[in-house]
Amino acid sequence: MMRHDLIAPLFSAPFALAPLNLALSRLMRRIAARHPGILRRLGPHGQARILIDVPDAPVLLLMQPSGQRLTAHRRTAPPPGSDATIRGRLGAFLAMLHGTEDGDALFFSGELEISGDTAAVLALRNALDDAELDLTEELATLGGRAGPALRRLSGIVARRSGLVLSRPEIF
Amino acid sequence: MMELVCPAGTPAALRAAVDAGAHAVYCGFADETNARNFPGLNFSREEMAEGIAYAHARGAKVLVAINTFPRAGDQPIWHRAVADAERCGADAVILADLGLLAHAAERHPGLRLHLSVQAAAANPDAINLYAEAFGVKRVVLPRVLTVEEITAINREIDVETEVFVFGGLCVMAEGRCSLSSYATGLSPNMNGVCSPASHVAYAEQSGAQEARLGGFLIHRTPKGAPVPYPTLCKGCFTSGEQTGHIFEDPVSLDATRLIPALQKAGVRALKIEGRQRSRAYVGQVVRAFCAAVEAADKGQPMPEGLLAKLTEGQAATTGAYAKTWR
Amino acid sequence: MDLSVGPNAFFWSAETVRDFYRALAETPVQRVVIGEWVCSKRLPFWQDEIPGAVEALQMAGKEVAVTSLALITLRRERRQTADLAEMGLPVEINDLSALHHIPEGAPFWVGPVVNVYNEGTLEWLARRGATRICLPPELPLASVAALARAGHAAGVAVEVWGHGRAPLAISGRCYHARLHDRAKDSCQFVCGDDPDGRDVDTLDGRAFLTVNGVQTLGRAVTTVAGQIEALRDAGVASLRLSPQIGAFPEIARAYAAALDGAPDLPGTLARLMPGAEFCDGFLAGQPGVAQVALG
Repeated sequence: MMRHDLIAPLFSAPFALAPLNLALSRLMRRIAARHPGILRRLGPHGQARILIDVPDAPVLLLMQPSGQRLTAHRRTAPPPGSDATIRGRLGAFLAMLHGTEDGDALFFSGELEISGDTAAVLALRNALDDAELDLTEELATLGGRAGPALRRLSGIVARRSGLVLSRPEIF
Repeated sequence: MMELVCPAGTPAALRAAVDAGAHAVYCGFADETNARNFPGLNFSREEMAEGIAYAHARGAKVLVAINTFPRAGDQPIWHRAVADAERCGADAVILADLGLLAHAAERHPGLRLHLSVQAAAANPDAINLYAEAFGVKRVVLPRVLTVEEITAINREIDVETEVFVFGGLCVMAEGRCSLSSYATGLSPNMNGVCSPASHVAYAEQSGAQEARLGGFLIHRTPKGAPVPYPTLCKGCFTSGEQTGHIFEDPVSLDATRLIPALQKAGVRALKIEGRQRSRAYVGQVVRAFCAAVEAADKGQPMPEGLLAKLTEGQAATTGAYAKTWR
Repeated sequence: MDLSVGPNAFFWSAETVRDFYRALAETPVQRVVIGEWVCSKRLPFWQDEIPGAVEALQMAGKEVAVTSLALITLRRERRQTADLAEMGLPVEINDLSALHHIPEGAPFWVGPVVNVYNEGTLEWLARRGATRICLPPELPLASVAALARAGHAAGVAVEVWGHGRAPLAISGRCYHARLHDRAKDSCQFVCGDDPDGRDVDTLDGRAFLTVNGVQTLGRAVTTVAGQIEALRDAGVASLRLSPQIGAFPEIARAYAAALDGAPDLPGTLARLMPGAEFCDGFLAGQPGVAQVALG
């Protein structure tokens, strides 16, 4: 039961992306609904298709904030036509998501590499910083079949990576 | 005690600064009226009112920066910003443009005016001009002055002075630089942006990483090494036989150890740069500087290593405050 | 629309200055701004040339004004600025603090490195006595037109940056000295080695900027050669030509001819300044370095 149908895709191949994408979409819509400030801050940059590339992960994530879309793609079949790419360790992404480390520091020390539409990436970083997101909390509010599945997934990711998926108290 | 004036690019950063002990927070509206008009940053009118209420409830002031130069034909955008700042309860507005200062002094006589660093008032004659003509109460000094010069200025003027102590460092006289618009068409004075992200491109080229601004190569680093943001005046260029940072190394300002000297020089307020930085950064820097300002007030030595983590990997300088910088 | 010649930005020898203004007196420009506007340390080397140059220019029927420094910080520089007001010539303020030394209501000119971006600022300066304003080079045509209109109403002649390397920045730090590993206070006047400024290129060899002591300029020569009609239509009173080593008198004559309808000013400029790059993006609302109406 550990390797649930939604968790297995991340760690074994070949796999079906559809269930994972369903869960990611729900997460994205959930965050957009709970934090309308993110899309407001992004303004026109919300249209940008941003590719998220964590080198150790078997899939690439493509985010399009204003469409509230987040989809996983096989590395062998990367999605065409992204406007920007952010590449870096999962820990660096989480630090940006949770606002625990300064985005400028992450980007310009090389922890996170950007290519493409730099303005869209900075807008996303600033919007996320204001939203004070907590990934664990967002997952906790996610109901239905996707919620428990993504929560189990995050637990596995946390154990495997040694990273905390909750927003730490920073002060 | 010297007032600590802290940056906030978002409501979350404002709360972080206030919670960390900032005496005053400065911020701007989410449009071209302020000099940090970056994507995803700044405050709506509603957020400004809420932010000011949050700060006031905790004894902190909010200073609203309206410090770009109004575009001819579109001055009402800037006039509205001043009126809205007053309506939201701002403790002062930070202005740079002569015309806007004249407008604010005439139409908003009860509103406290600070002179932005973008006005580049670098000597007592300029400062006294702004004080006499518009009733400016405080001037943010340009980062081209030494501590000795600041001391001398304070002897000749009757308004408060505020100086930058930490964060990004302009090497040019602020508010008087068109390098960015020469390369990108967008400038601090007109658009509130310098070396804007919309004109930045990172790319890999024959094993090296390149950062370009408006098509001009600003940095090239070996693969794997950090690529600095391509701010034009911090770029690496060639002149004759020499290649390097012709204008300034990619350093940031840290004048912590000069705080006692600045206090002695008669400086009223210390300013931290960084409205584009995260709330985590703002909280940490504010906490550290609160301790430093309190120590200075008691005549104690400056706490050591407070900001080591935040300047880690990046060199710090005391900038123009030391004469040798020139 | 007529022609004005701005102050020389570079550090020239006394002899070069003397020859330059002697030749300039023979050109069809209406007015000249003279004086040191970049670095006060240079002035003692050539200030004795100023009275003779002013006399020659005035004899030739030119209006002459004297400029303030672009960045005034030292006590000595403030004293020098106060002295300018005593010279009996209009003062062109290029640092707002110079205004402190001009009696309220006395006429003065405003140079291109004072921030005049909008009608409110122009009107405030006009009330203080400004009679001419050269607008900042980075302004787009729409702003120029609005300011020219405001200038007409307020009795201020509006000039635009017509020709020359655009002044982009001024600093407390001397980049010329820095390139020689010296501080500004011990510069040994190295900027005098580069009477046309010192080239700064990108790492991939593209011409980009010019450093001139504490000043940074665009390398390409900004020119309104392709925009003269638009500026005339906008109500601009004068084009400012900025001195550079080389065929400057011929360049001034070429602009005067173009104002009288002579064709192909861009082509003439290219012949007079071989090897120079030209740009005109600012007026078009593009990057300043861009070529929009040229060609």
